[in-house]
Amino acid sequence: MIRPHDSIIVQTLGRFLIPVVQIFGLYVLFFGQYGPGGGFVGGVILGTGMILSVLIFGHDASRSQIAKDILHGDGVGMLIYAGVGGLCMIGGGEFLNYSSLSIPGLEEASRRSLGIVLTQIGVAVDVAVTAVSIVFSLSAEEIIEESING
Amino acid sequence: MTFANEIPLLLLLLVTAAGAILVKDLMSAVLLLGSYSFTLSLVWAWLGAVDVAFVEAVVGAGLATVLFLLTLFGTAPKDTRLRRPPPSLTTLIVFPLLGVLLLYAANDLPGFGDPNSPASVHISPSYLEQSYQDTHTPNVVTSVLMDYRSLDTMVETVVIFTSGIACALLLRRQSK
Repeated sequence: MIRPHDSIIVQTLGRFLIPVVQIFGLYVLFFGQYGPGGGFVGGVILGTGMILSVLIFGHDASRSQIAKDILHGDGVGMLIYAGVGGLCMIGGGEFLNYSSLSIPGLEEASRRSLGIVLTQIGVAVDVAVTAVSIVFSLSAEEIIEESING
Repeated sequence: MTFANEIPLLLLLLVTAAGAILVKDLMSAVLLLGSYSFTLSLVWAWLGAVDVAFVEAVVGAGLATVLFLLTLFGTAPKDTRLRRPPPSLTTLIVFPLLGVLLLYAANDLPGFGDPNSPASVHISPSYLEQSYQDTHTPNVVTSVLMDYRSLDTMVETVVIFTSGIACALLLRRQSK
């Protein structure tokens, strides 16, 4: 169980830094097609922002509520990734062949680009949830049970 | 010498790695490992592997350090101080030999940036030429990872998912 940090400097800096970290994570996630970055790194940065809020404000703070809620999403990232693959099969192609995603009005290359974005979101969600989940496992046995069961 | 600018970085890498092994306190070892990862990410960036550098900086220097520290906070102070026995004779003989063997084998590797090396002539030219027409994705690394090699990436995601599940199963059991 992690208690809120005492120092006002750390608290103020965290209040300022965490939104910046989250926005940077989203930027890295969606800029992965144009520069360095992508789903894995973006997901880790998003997860790190939530871990930072848990470390600074403690488990009970309302600021850490997102980090607690996201634990229910374990496996959603996997589902998004495999779901895109399944949609490709429904569209009549091979598993994860994005060019057979059945979206009208898009040429083949744009459909593949869209498939890359969707699967990257899946990877990011999976990685972020796993990072937060491991940190919670290492630090807060009682809190976890309360937040999931009660 | 093509990599003269990197020698300070590589020296720093060696010093931090040796320090992480030799230091007596586990907390200091964790922080040294963090700085090791950060130096390593600088080396990757210098070599042009910006994506790898990004992952190394975020995961190695950031996330892994936090996980190590959280683990250390769960242990008693006497567990984090190490008494290391001196290395055995076998270690002193075998490991330098292994190092010499690896250096000898490294002679056969193609030179850095060699345009005729197998890695540059086999399939990467077709990726580099066709990636943008195929996927409208300017970053070739992303299009290879998420499109051409998408199944591999999916199984990597399964690995990460499994590690999270395993951690939850092993560590959350003691709760009341």
